[in-house]
Amino acid sequence: MLTKRIIACLDVDDGRVVKGVQFLNLRDAGDPAELAKAHSEAGADEVVLLDISAAHQKRATLLDTVRRTARQLFIPFTVGGGIRTLEEAAAVFSAGADKISINSAALADPSLITRIAERFGSQAVVVAIDAKRSEAARRWEAFTRGGRSATGRDAVSWAQEAESRGAGEILLTSMDRDGTASGFDCDLTRAVADSVRIPVIASGGAGGAQHFADVFREGHADAALAASIFHYGFSRLADLKQELHSQGIPVRWPC
Amino acid sequence: MKTIAIVDYGAGNPVSVKKALDWLGQECAITSDPEFVATAARIVLPGVGHFGATASLSRSGLQDAIVGAIGRGTPFLGICVGMQWMFQGSQESPATPGLGLFSGECERFPAEVKSPHVGWNQLELEAASRLFQGIPSQSFVYFTHSFRVPVRDTTVACCEYGGKFSAAVERDHLFAVQFHPEKSGDVGLHLLRNFCAL
Repeated sequence: MLTKRIIACLDVDDGRVVKGVQFLNLRDAGDPAELAKAHSEAGADEVVLLDISAAHQKRATLLDTVRRTARQLFIPFTVGGGIRTLEEAAAVFSAGADKISINSAALADPSLITRIAERFGSQAVVVAIDAKRSEAARRWEAFTRGGRSATGRDAVSWAQEAESRGAGEILLTSMDRDGTASGFDCDLTRAVADSVRIPVIASGGAGGAQHFADVFREGHADAALAASIFHYGFSRLADLKQELHSQGIPVRWPC
Repeated sequence: MKTIAIVDYGAGNPVSVKKALDWLGQECAITSDPEFVATAARIVLPGVGHFGATASLSRSGLQDAIVGAIGRGTPFLGICVGMQWMFQGSQESPATPGLGLFSGECERFPAEVKSPHVGWNQLELEAASRLFQGIPSQSFVYFTHSFRVPVRDTTVACCEYGGKFSAAVERDHLFAVQFHPEKSGDVGLHLLRNFCAL
């Protein structure tokens, strides 16, 4: 049976892994290459490396970090943060990434999705959506530039457009839940997952095993991503998979 | 020559296959040179993306080089679209013929399951296989594809997603896998090591 994926995310700034709480108060948690390998050995199904400094400082993704991390990683490896052009994406692929994640650049120029997909295949294009609940409009709005700029775009309709333009997966982050450890936004995830045919990766709010179970069951997520909860004790990833397995959720376990 | 040729035909990204073979200590090179392919010790045809992209193989002379090498007994491994190309064709691109090394045609997933099929799924080993030696049935491997090969008499491993399909086929020195061994952790590295030891 196709399993639900648990994805470890490394937020990287200047070649080091950090994790912010609601995009602020970063703290250093180590070397990306070592952490990625450790996550893989602990049972992570995928690794995502997000260069969180890139989007607002307009810096190129650190290709050297990507190369060092990819060299010893034999599970799917996604790189995002600040990729703005086909050429930048190509450089990240040749450094060893299997997929790239684009966010602000895709909203600014949605044809970028198609151009990368035509060259590298849809499976290699993840469109990341940072969504924030808008109570007044009873919907979720997509934000760009690391959560700094509102776009006015509805997150669900943007996900549908991204799919039609060639995206292979949606990485959906709830800005309301990110860093809170209070659980994924199941309503947001379900709204998007039920409106597209491509896989949806839920992100933002992971605090414990039950949150993952909830977003798979109630949020209809195909995968769930977390950063900080995995960094300070790798046995917890195994515990998480065992717990999901015992609840009858299909996961790659033992792996 | 002892080198493994990783065929680059402009579709997708051959880097991750090279990375895995490098890790295993194998001499290998990414190439689009038909002469290099013709003299390689083994050939790997990776591939992600659209079946239609395989049309460039016949235009570039790579197809003739591959067919010739296979005729001389060179071990050959097709991955993902590389596997599909070894069949007669695909519903994805009816105008593009496959190589026809294996009989059958690639088809869509049924409408009741999400497509593409992305993620880790389990193998059911169906027959004795040199490629899967030492790999237990029910092992997890990583898939990402929208079309699939039906179960055939050459199938050595199946996978279940909207019905059973061929995860791997094998005949003599011809091998093909729908999943990505280079992205399937220790199981995938084990399989690649088996291929390199044939």
